[in-house]
Amino acid sequence: MIPAGLNLADQASLHTFVDAAHFIGSNGGLLATKALEQLELSGAALLIAVAVALPVGVLLGHFHRGSGVAIGASILGRGLPSLCLIAAFLTVLGIGFVNNMVALAVLGSGPILTNAYDSVERVDRDAVEAARGMGLTGGQILRRIELPLALPLLFTGIRISAVTIVATAPIAAIAGGGGLGDIIVNQASYRLAGVIGASICVMALSAVVFVALAGVQLAVTPRGLRGTSLLDLNSRKELQ
Amino acid sequence: MRGHWGDTLQPALVQHVELTAIAVGIGFALAFPLALLAHRYRRLEQPIGVLSALLYTIPSLALFQLLVPFTGLTWTTVEIALVSYTLVILFPNIVTGLRSAPAEVIESARGMGLTRRQVLWRVELPLAVPAIVGGLRIAVVSTVAIATIAAFLLPDGLGYPIFLALKEPTPFKTEIYSAGVLAVALALACDGLLVVLKRALVPWARKGVA
Repeated sequence: MIPAGLNLADQASLHTFVDAAHFIGSNGGLLATKALEQLELSGAALLIAVAVALPVGVLLGHFHRGSGVAIGASILGRGLPSLCLIAAFLTVLGIGFVNNMVALAVLGSGPILTNAYDSVERVDRDAVEAARGMGLTGGQILRRIELPLALPLLFTGIRISAVTIVATAPIAAIAGGGGLGDIIVNQASYRLAGVIGASICVMALSAVVFVALAGVQLAVTPRGLRGTSLLDLNSRKELQ
Repeated sequence: MRGHWGDTLQPALVQHVELTAIAVGIGFALAFPLALLAHRYRRLEQPIGVLSALLYTIPSLALFQLLVPFTGLTWTTVEIALVSYTLVILFPNIVTGLRSAPAEVIESARGMGLTRRQVLWRVELPLAVPAIVGGLRIAVVSTVAIATIAAFLLPDGLGYPIFLALKEPTPFKTEIYSAGVLAVALALACDGLLVVLKRALVPWARKGVA
């Protein structure tokens, strides 16, 4: 049995890539609209994920509590199949933007929480002690010592999350999320050339997000802390 | 009613285990020698690292589709994509593990007359086991999750009942929940097995010390 929408007669030829290039060339407007849709959905999901997971991770790290939560989040972040999550939220929230936004936000919270916890928790205890000795309060230590030192690793978490969300967003098309995935899951209308063309655009979009955020990370990292690998895509919480 | 265990879920679960096992198995078989190479010739590490980081940003759905013109709607297509992702996870973990042996330990091993190869097999590799198993855990858990996306190409794996259910005008909740729970349970079970394996392999690494 072949999944609906896929047509065997379409494939087998490497000409498909030439056709795909033609498709991209002649459907610039459609692709741009769909790409924007996908960015909107991803952006909304990322905002929610940051708003929820970042404070939790930072606070847990500040109080050196809940390493289990952080490890759990990193395992769940990877182990929750996006398709299941999107489908599960669909049954609760109905088809459309909100269901996909929530599903992607849950998926993106894992790396943010793990890295936020890890980055603050690992700040040099001596530096924190020295600050406390100088009379800084807990809040001041968090804002002036821990957060600046934690920034690179913390931002890496946001970056991993953003790439995960943008890369997963095409799957949302199956649950009415729109975006470039609409073209990928609709081979009946767009032929294999369209599917491949849209896939290439999805890939390019993820790469652009990845590079852009690496640039932002470099810009916001305090000069003394540069040199942390920008290519690091694994959550730092090593599972050992 | 299509939610029956024997009809749908059990074959899907078996296929899912196969998809994952093949991907992680081949991924490890490729990543291990590559990591040994990168450990020996450090110049290779950065290019391989950059390449794999970029590869990891390729969305799975897009990667599957881009392989279709080459290998068709086959398990080969799915496995090439899954293996690529496991490679990206395993390679850096193994390299990090091999690097984790303290310099003094290697010095003393050399001082005791061990050759470079003996240092690798008797000192560096045993010390790398926790990091390697850590990488395997991430790889297995991720692969179980990504393998559900194979349902967009093939009628196999735990993603397929979900995929089918979503195609219905009113999605079948039973199928979505049961297949979803099975996928998560499978990921957690594999993770647990690897933890047990690690404990057996590195009895000296007590909790909190490794």
